[in-house]
Amino acid sequence: MKPSSASDKNVSPLRRDLTVLDERSRLLRKTIIRMLQAGGRGHIASAFSLVEILRVLYDDVLRFDPRNPHWRERDRFILSKGHGCLALYVMLAEKGFFPEEELWKFCHRDGILGGHPEHKIPGVEASTGSLGHGLSIGIGFALNARYEKADYRTFVAVGDGESNEGSIWEGALCAGKHRLSNLTVIVDYNKQQSCGSTFEIQDLEPFGDKWRSFGFAVAEVNGHDVDELRSSFRSLPLDRGKPSAIICHTVKGKGIEFVENNLKWHHKSRVSDEEIRAMLEALDAVF
Amino acid sequence: MRQTCLDLVYELAKQDPRIFFVGSDLGYGTLKQFKQEMPGRFFMEGVCEANIIGMAAGLAIEGKIVYVNTIATFLTRRCFEQIVLDLCLHHVKVRLIGNGGGLVYAPLGPTHLAIEDVAILRSLPNMTIIAPADANEMRRLMPLTVDHDGPLYIRLAKGGDPIVSRGDFSVQIGKAVPMVEGSHALILTTGVTLKIGLEAAENLNRQGIQAAVLHLPTIKPLDTEAILQRVSKVDAVVTVEEHTIVGGLGSAVAELIAEADLAGHRGFKRVGIPDIFPDEYGSQDSLMTRCKITAEGVVCVVQELLSKPRRSVAATHRSHTD
Repeated sequence: MKPSSASDKNVSPLRRDLTVLDERSRLLRKTIIRMLQAGGRGHIASAFSLVEILRVLYDDVLRFDPRNPHWRERDRFILSKGHGCLALYVMLAEKGFFPEEELWKFCHRDGILGGHPEHKIPGVEASTGSLGHGLSIGIGFALNARYEKADYRTFVAVGDGESNEGSIWEGALCAGKHRLSNLTVIVDYNKQQSCGSTFEIQDLEPFGDKWRSFGFAVAEVNGHDVDELRSSFRSLPLDRGKPSAIICHTVKGKGIEFVENNLKWHHKSRVSDEEIRAMLEALDAVF
Repeated sequence: MRQTCLDLVYELAKQDPRIFFVGSDLGYGTLKQFKQEMPGRFFMEGVCEANIIGMAAGLAIEGKIVYVNTIATFLTRRCFEQIVLDLCLHHVKVRLIGNGGGLVYAPLGPTHLAIEDVAILRSLPNMTIIAPADANEMRRLMPLTVDHDGPLYIRLAKGGDPIVSRGDFSVQIGKAVPMVEGSHALILTTGVTLKIGLEAAENLNRQGIQAAVLHLPTIKPLDTEAILQRVSKVDAVVTVEEHTIVGGLGSAVAELIAEADLAGHRGFKRVGIPDIFPDEYGSQDSLMTRCKITAEGVVCVVQELLSKPRRSVAATHRSHTD
């Protein structure tokens, strides 16, 4: 995919993504919907734009041991856009970091999984939720790996709305300065923030050029195309002397037509059984 | 004191490979030797405090002990949320060294006056706050900061501060240092106000007023036992701090005394910066004088508190039920 620019069709807010979700992607989303139902709330649309990114990371890229979450040689992953945690929790449960039953206690007093990830959860490296924190923490991880001559890698997933934060760009300057090739920023570029499109609220374009100018090697991919994601993540580092930024073009709410790019679904509380049923049915509809 | 603190960071780092240093855009040559001898553990990251704190948190989560240094205002206000979430919530061993606590940067104006650093950090769970009185106390405290659990703030004074701390006392983080005992009044000090407290006690003593001085190099956690033990014996309690009277040492002591039911029949006063932005330049000393954070100021406050007629708690209770 070519680099983005304001006129590029890839960054049009009105674009419909035609990527067909396979059975696994649909199942992961169904689990997320059931968590939403159990918790009665959640940032479902933000989670849906992340599903393929996290699926490929945990299936094919990250090195980890769920029986030993603090294994020194594991790769570190930080979900800096912590509100997308529903997708992360589903992956961590599936990989065995904690029992699946925890998913059904989402946001419950007796559960370990809240509306934003916390470092006490097995498999979660850092507490996030307030935006703009994860990249700098990840830089600390990456600098430590370099100092220790350890070969673990650090991945930080940031949102596009999150990229309004100055601290993201402080971190980008720092990662570029240190040429942290063991650090990858994954941008979930779904082009929607809480109250409007990123183009209206705080335009990030030319987004790829920004990361490049901060010293990153940049790739842009379809964030719902599993093969494209896999191939991109497997080619890391994109440049042996630079940190990598993989801008994933995604759709907020991907997979359910009435949720996609619908601002009312950024965060959902008081979800009715009817809505849950409609979402599950929509996932099975052919796009 | 600042030089001693940084010299000790270097000395401690030489002995302990877990120790890292992160600065923002400090004066030329700061910790030059550290940088030369241990370049892999030395970082000068520029004017980006939020990133520095996050980065330090990341290193600390990985098991390192990270000393971060810049001007106190920027270290506490600009990156407050990073301190709350990245340091306190994660309970990591990051040590924040704040240059110019209080009115040190008087000539530079209110943007550089750290008058509320203690108040804002005191409200954070897991945070420890220390404010040594002089270079000697700093020398005794710094080795204890290495393995201390959780984040810690080290409030630095101007430098070249007179040595007034007790060399014969085994200092501990979280413990008060008894300087002078006395039965009429209690003066509680922290940081460089120890000198003021000692001078005031001496002056009062000449007038026949026995004033105790209890020094608190640790403001959080407060040595509640040492304070309450002495408060119960005196008729007047005065706190002295180079800090706004809102939320600092004075507030902490007031909360403690009130909750221990010891407030009713004894005088209490906070000596510190009133709830304003100091609007003069001049020097640290001139601003301290303007705010009456001086030995003379403390003497007046103690005399005033002791001169007011006070009834015991029991007498007050009786008058209400008569």
